[in-house]
Amino acid sequence: MESIKDKVAIIGMGCTRFGERWDAGVEDLLVEAAYEAFEDAGVAPKDMQAAWLGTVFSGMSAMTLSPLGLQFIPITRVENMCATGSEALRGAAYAVAAGVCDMALAIGVEKLKDSGLTGVRGPAVVGDNPDGSACIGSGYSAPASFAYLGTRYFHHYGIDRDEGKELLAKIAVKNHQHGSLNPKAHFHNVITVEQAVKAPIVAWPLGLFDCCGVSDGAAAAIVVRADMAKNFRSDPIYIKGMAISAGARQGSMRPAYDYVHIDENVFAGQQAYAQAGVKDPRKEISCAEVHDCFSTNELIVYEDLGFSRRGGAKEDINAGAFTLQGDLPINTDGGLKCFGHPLGASGLRMLYEMYKQLQGKAGPRQVKNPRLALTHNLGGNAGAGIGCVVIVGNELK
Amino acid sequence: MIGITSVGAYIPRYRLSGEEIGRMWRTRGKGEKAVAGYDEDTVTMSVAAALECMKGLSAPEALYYATTTAPYKEKQAASIVAGACDLDKTCRTADFTNTLRAGTTALLAAVDAVKAGASSAIVTASDCRLGAPMGRFESALGDAACALMIGLTDLLASIEGSYSVFGEFSDVWRTSKDNFLQSGEGRFIEEMGYLPAMREILSDTMKNYSLAPADFAKVVFYAPDARGHASIAKGLGFDKAQVQDPLYDAIGNTGTAAALIMLVAALEGVSPGDRILFAGYGDGCDALILRVEKRPSGRTMKDRLAKKVNIDYGSYLVWRDLVEVEPPSLPERPAPSLSSRWRMRDTISSLYGFKCRKCGTPQLHPLGQIVRVCVECQAKDDFERYKFSDKTGKLFTYAIDMLQPTKNPPGLNGVIDFDGGGRMICELTDYDLEKAQVGMPVQMTFRKMSQERGIINYFWKAKPIE
Repeated sequence: MESIKDKVAIIGMGCTRFGERWDAGVEDLLVEAAYEAFEDAGVAPKDMQAAWLGTVFSGMSAMTLSPLGLQFIPITRVENMCATGSEALRGAAYAVAAGVCDMALAIGVEKLKDSGLTGVRGPAVVGDNPDGSACIGSGYSAPASFAYLGTRYFHHYGIDRDEGKELLAKIAVKNHQHGSLNPKAHFHNVITVEQAVKAPIVAWPLGLFDCCGVSDGAAAAIVVRADMAKNFRSDPIYIKGMAISAGARQGSMRPAYDYVHIDENVFAGQQAYAQAGVKDPRKEISCAEVHDCFSTNELIVYEDLGFSRRGGAKEDINAGAFTLQGDLPINTDGGLKCFGHPLGASGLRMLYEMYKQLQGKAGPRQVKNPRLALTHNLGGNAGAGIGCVVIVGNELK
Repeated sequence: MIGITSVGAYIPRYRLSGEEIGRMWRTRGKGEKAVAGYDEDTVTMSVAAALECMKGLSAPEALYYATTTAPYKEKQAASIVAGACDLDKTCRTADFTNTLRAGTTALLAAVDAVKAGASSAIVTASDCRLGAPMGRFESALGDAACALMIGLTDLLASIEGSYSVFGEFSDVWRTSKDNFLQSGEGRFIEEMGYLPAMREILSDTMKNYSLAPADFAKVVFYAPDARGHASIAKGLGFDKAQVQDPLYDAIGNTGTAAALIMLVAALEGVSPGDRILFAGYGDGCDALILRVEKRPSGRTMKDRLAKKVNIDYGSYLVWRDLVEVEPPSLPERPAPSLSSRWRMRDTISSLYGFKCRKCGTPQLHPLGQIVRVCVECQAKDDFERYKFSDKTGKLFTYAIDMLQPTKNPPGLNGVIDFDGGGRMICELTDYDLEKAQVGMPVQMTFRKMSQERGIINYFWKAKPIE
């Protein structure tokens, strides 16, 4: 089996402002993200030889991408829950790596705010059939399934309620701090630990600031063969590793699962590190975007991806290790928490920030001399998830 | 000899006090009534009572469900109860409805079934009647369920005789369009309806069997209220000590279940050899003469009444759909699919999962899907059925969930690890939030789920073991 390492380069990216985009429809979001990517790469829509579109709710088929006016090329619509954006990248990158095309577009979009409702509808509400109809219909919410991680983590490591809430709050405070520096983010407000701790509870132990924004947005990447990349720009970004791991709901069915880690994260991370040749992620990864849909998830991802030792996230959080000033800045663009979470776009939005960081174009959020950057995207939840890790770098070797 | 072999009773944990109702309407109220939880009805309460009653016994060959508040106008409730109790498909099921006397009539039918050759038959009686807000029945009517097993051996009490009369009388009624109990003028229905009918059945039954009040240790009978109850006892020459407390001050008048619940309480306070005179009322009367063989073991009525939680009037209005509330601004959950529920009927009705024949792992699919490949060893289609509804478990982790659809917010849900293996993510019910903790022991209880459109979506939730 060959590794994806250094076979595919990203030569252009685009990302819309995320948020409650009352002004924009799916078509506007797609065009905004795609044309930023075309311009960034210095290519035209007609140069696309294939496209992968990721969306969970905002369109059923390849024709959802018709607003771009691409002319009779193969288009594939993909869906992998909240990891859908990364899935679109996977399709495009593998096609280029396979040599079936030289240039492909990966684009993800979600228009969540036309529903008139505050939450996200979900055909995969646990207890329901995947087709959207209900079978048993247990009524627990998406935040609850991530609250389980917090409750169990606190119990497992003997962290009391106040200390646990404060730990989660520090993650939210960090992401809000980062988001405040990002004009494209959904939220720009800086918050305090006290504000986060005292915020209304959504699903104990998760409060309002532990839950990501429900946002509209789109993000796009143009990928080419690595050996062609320098023809388009002097600073392309190379895919070093890319892995996805889909669970079979083992954690939801087997008491052996501990709810203080997510196997799908661990497996995806290990494979991506192996492909990229990363031995010590804490030292070798310069910055990362991880799936902080709920702050409990970011907490355990630190450990799942080897940034912190098992049970050691607490000391790293308290030391500020993952802030912009820390040794491994995480969610430098504000993360799902602050940048927002249009499901199909998020994986590519994470990549957009890492791409900008590796090019030294992240403005006030710029990390010093980054070499390798990582995105982690999770679909589903603890016990029944899809973990996806992508590692990118700015040097070809 | 035919008689009662086992008893079960289910009093929901919630109480609405006369004082709380009085606070709402500026009246003076007393006593308390038992109120079914927002996720309970006469079917779920009957399941709870029947499961308690059947514990350790061989399965009955008939199940009769008695109520005036069946969840469906057309569709049998007894078969839902029998399914939740995991009875064999050959069990004869029937609903006895439309009169408060249905409980004792079902009991007599169960006696007939056993006389005709059934090894045993179980009767459930339950009610959730509503009195109109601000009306005299509002504080009077309580919710509860009772179950009695009729059989031939190891009796708690033998049935020595019975006597029934019918009598068409419009004292209380609900037409198919009425949500609330209707009634005739108070003194008329008492003086010309209940009082003469109950007096006559009790005295004629004693006469028929050549017995007198002194021959009975207890007299147990239905009455519309405590005053009517006292009046009958006095008129027939029973002393206070012989008269079973109707429990109306504690749980209200529980309708079809009322007389049977009194009987369960009475059986705890008598000795072998004692006689009990027992009568139900509604469009006539049924009376039975019981001879006590032994006292029931297990939970007492006092135990059942001990754990209670008083609710406010607002909760009562919401739980009973008596007030329209703002819908949550969250996406609507999908309607239950009848065909997918049919495929999963084993899991839905009595929480059957699967046990791998290769590795022995019990498992339950969180989406309510049939397990085809073992989650532990990946063996394909090599399972036996495995029942989870009767297994206790422990709460592995949980969330206090403000977004869970529930009429008793906030919701509590979590991961249950069953003793003996298997894991389930589910809602909890009847919990004290402040006692929720990792490791909390739980048992399974048959409830109504919040998502129900068209059909009533029954399924299992976990509840703390108290």
